[in-house]
Amino acid sequence: MTGLALTEPALLPERRAVAPQTVSAATRSQVQPVQGTRLRLEGISLAFGGIRALKDVSFDIREGEIRAVIGPNGAGKSSLVNVISGLYRADRGVITHGGESFAHVPPARLPGLGVARTFQNLALFPGLTVAQNIASGLVFRRKRGLFAQLLSLPKARAETRETEARIREIAGFLGLSEHLPRLVSTLPYGLQKQVELARALIAGPRLLLLDEPMAGLTGAEKTAMAAHIRAVRDRLGLSVILIEHDIGVVMGLSDRIVVLDHGEVIADGSPDEVRRDPEVIRAYLGQDAAGATSGAEAA
Amino acid sequence: MSAALETPAARPFMAAQGAAVLVILAIACLLVPAYASAWTIEAILLPFLAFSLAGLGLNLLTGYAGQVSLGSAAFMAVGAYAAYNFQLRLDLPLPLTFLFAALTAAAVGVIFGLPSLRLKGFYLAVSTLAAQFFIQWLFNKFGWFSNYSPSGVISAPVLGFAGITFDTRESRYLLALSVVVVITFLVHRFVNGPARINLIAVRDNETAARVIGVPVLRTKLTAFALSSAIIGIAGVLWSFTYLRTIEPEGFNLDRSFQILFIAIIGGLATVRGAFLGAGLIVVFPLLLSRGSAWILDGGLDAGTVQLTQRIILGATIIIFLILEPNGLSAILDRITARTRSLFAKITRGRA
Ligand SMILES: Nc1ncnc2c1ncn2[C@@H]1O[C@H](COP(=O)(O)OP(=O)(O)O)[C@@H](O)[C@H]1O
Ligand SMILES: [Mg+2]
Repeated sequence: MTGLALTEPALLPERRAVAPQTVSAATRSQVQPVQGTRLRLEGISLAFGGIRALKDVSFDIREGEIRAVIGPNGAGKSSLVNVISGLYRADRGVITHGGESFAHVPPARLPGLGVARTFQNLALFPGLTVAQNIASGLVFRRKRGLFAQLLSLPKARAETRETEARIREIAGFLGLSEHLPRLVSTLPYGLQKQVELARALIAGPRLLLLDEPMAGLTGAEKTAMAAHIRAVRDRLGLSVILIEHDIGVVMGLSDRIVVLDHGEVIADGSPDEVRRDPEVIRAYLGQDAAGATSGAEAA
Repeated sequence: MSAALETPAARPFMAAQGAAVLVILAIACLLVPAYASAWTIEAILLPFLAFSLAGLGLNLLTGYAGQVSLGSAAFMAVGAYAAYNFQLRLDLPLPLTFLFAALTAAAVGVIFGLPSLRLKGFYLAVSTLAAQFFIQWLFNKFGWFSNYSPSGVISAPVLGFAGITFDTRESRYLLALSVVVVITFLVHRFVNGPARINLIAVRDNETAARVIGVPVLRTKLTAFALSSAIIGIAGVLWSFTYLRTIEPEGFNLDRSFQILFIAIIGGLATVRGAFLGAGLIVVFPLLLSRGSAWILDGGLDAGTVQLTQRIILGATIIIFLILEPNGLSAILDRITARTRSLFAKITRGRA
């Protein structure tokens, strides 16, 4: 019901989700960036002094795919997202966003590349309202300079009105409408996580990087968040990289899963493949979890 | 801006606040020139206006954009010396003198703001000290800036424009008042408009701001430019309407700290905080010296009294920061809220 707002054609055109397909690991590493590949990582390595956070990590993500990255704490998941979003500079490797390849992505270029992200620990602006926090995701689009806005020129005003319409739309979709005028720091944690998602979504990204979006949420909040992630993918056809510890959620939501352990990719495949992978069971899932979560559905 | 993007604190109080501002303005424009004593204008209102403007300028930089600066007095000096030299050498009309003084200060501010692109917090504060010492040294070292005045102290010429000369106490006061009112209005619009998002985003979480495409570099330098321009104008008011002399010593590190205290005590990231803080900084020492004169009856020498004043002022600032980190502005907020609920009770009681 609330999701209807997101189908507003003028603002956020609906796109068909690309059906997930399975590609074997062997063919994957050889194919050139084909159309339909949103992001591709090749041979990414990153070290902090003696700690090798990422070791020769390669994988890709297709248009419209929800790609989970799982692994124990310290496996390098956040580091991976930070490399993709340019906050960390990989020691080796190539990152291809859409058609453009980088050794290091300048973070300021992310919105232009259609990449938006959330942070493992909330990274909102406490001194701003919910509406302003969401609006900050659109600042990169603003054409009118600050002085035009100071003088309140008509075009600047029109830009503001357009921004507000989008804010209301996204807030409606994520159940934040009634909180828009509140200072974001006064919201409960679960809602703040939604605000961060809203700030990322309003930019109209093609790739969404979600670093533990459900950490610290209650069961009901997790279900809602999972539903939102699925909805944006289904309606807008975005690609999503999802870092998440709740295996139930991950299995239910993702098309393919990358498993990291000590900075290395130890498995990559469909939820079913990953769940049965003995290496994954040993390093991360554990025997019981593998059995208990089989067939688990989130949202 | 319409509803969704407005700052909530601003809205419910809009009408009452607007009315309060109008009343204060009416008093300031009409009653003060007619009834205020010479001492009130010279010793309280003129420094208050210049300090308020300087506090406002620093608050834009530190309170809103989160960039700490200890070089405010230097930017005041740049404004004052620029105005003096533009008047002396180019004989510019008054509005252009103000404009060019502001632009000069803005340019210098941007130069000394460049380290902010790499440095944060304490390290940035230390680097702004460079501005403080360098600029003071510059004006001391090169006589050209003070037109080779032998003493290094120049007396500021009387300002005039369109047939009006601002030579009397009241006219200087009204000139300062008008400048402060216009700039305050513009700053109010600026920090409550879309720029607020850029400023606070950079202040609250620079990494997140950069990732979502807030132009961090441009925002910081804009803040430095606007802040320095405003502080530069404050320097013009300080020199031309209050002291009527200009010397580098008047813009030393002490002055920079005073302005920082004004911004912090008044309340960071508030417009009215600058005025509350400036009021305290101007009035408090006067009260202290009157108080000490009265209690001790001149039993102590002037030096000791001054030292005692500084200690008391410093202690007050510390106590203040511990008890009310959000400054006088937050206290005023609470008082208004209480008064409102009291009024509500009274009116309900009557009904
Ligand atoms: N900025 C950093 N400085 C030093 N070490 C880091 C930094 N970021 C991550 N690491 C290290 O890299 C490893 C991977 O961390 P991280 O990517 O946060 O793992 P995860 O998100 O999977 O829990 C850890 O050993 C961590 O201590
Ligand atoms: Mg992590």
